[in-house]
Amino acid sequence: MDANEVYASLEKLFPGKVRDFKSDVREPYLFVEPAAIVEVCRFLRNAPGFRFEVLSDLTALDWPKQEIIQMVYHLFSYTHNHQIVLKVDLPRDHPRIATLENVWKVANWFEREVYDLFGVIFEGHSDLRRIMLPEDWVGYPLRKDYVEQEEYDGISTQRAPLVEKLLR
Amino acid sequence: MKPLINSLPETVFTTKVDDLLNWGRASSQWYMLFGLACCAIELMQTGGPRADLDRFGAVPRATPRQSDLMIVAGTLTYKMAKRTKLLYDQMPDPKYVISMGSCSNCGGLFQLAYSVCKGVDKIIPVDVYVPGCPPRPEALTEGLLRIQDKMMRERWLVKPAKVADEQPSA
Repeated sequence: MDANEVYASLEKLFPGKVRDFKSDVREPYLFVEPAAIVEVCRFLRNAPGFRFEVLSDLTALDWPKQEIIQMVYHLFSYTHNHQIVLKVDLPRDHPRIATLENVWKVANWFEREVYDLFGVIFEGHSDLRRIMLPEDWVGYPLRKDYVEQEEYDGISTQRAPLVEKLLR
Repeated sequence: MKPLINSLPETVFTTKVDDLLNWGRASSQWYMLFGLACCAIELMQTGGPRADLDRFGAVPRATPRQSDLMIVAGTLTYKMAKRTKLLYDQMPDPKYVISMGSCSNCGGLFQLAYSVCKGVDKIIPVDVYVPGCPPRPEALTEGLLRIQDKMMRERWLVKPAKVADEQPSA
């Protein structure tokens, strides 16, 4: 089943909840409404003919001008050897979305990473802590407007740039 | 008392106690296994048969409590920085630090990243900086020899000349 057929089925089954399919790219993607992400994903994972058993990647993008944080879900099926990408637009000042932990177990760590670096809150997540940065870290570093703190835990984060000194 | 000239048997050596102490310490620098990133691969090579740090008496130890020397090999993140300080504090005095590679010298390639500490000298005092990305085993061996030089210059029992001048005589 190719991406066009996947989108056609989804459009029929979830009217108004999927939109803006784009197929002329290397990895075709479609947009899903934030409220419908869990039911769409559960359908894609379990329905015969789809069987997307693997959430191969879950990440996010920050678009400050459009005021959105865009979630990206890469789905893959070993059974049928097909793939699809789902995208979800969230408001940038208050990004919240339901967790997919109950659909794919692996989403637990992926979502902790996105929470760590973008500050997206995953509702219903069993263990929403920072996964890579220290727990007392301030801010979300992959947001475009992130400003580095002057110091972290008493360690200065500044160092005179060596190259500029050499150029002068 | 008879002068000692030409009177000792061949099995006796004379030296200063300080030199003897320093020689012993410089020839048995046990370094802590502390590889943080790709420099650790070169650190392993340096301990391996070709560069062979063992011939300088430097053997790897798996615990800071038995180590004299910490070779910080690799990128130091802020999360690791706290642990590095803890490990350094656990080492018995006198202790020495080699900062190996660009990353631990100044953050290196990653010094503009949000999570990377801009040099291990922000955390702990460093004796020798070894440049390179990563440094070859020869470079690290040179760093170890510099530490040995530094050890041999130290004075434990004899008052250093400078300090003796400054201090009022007791």
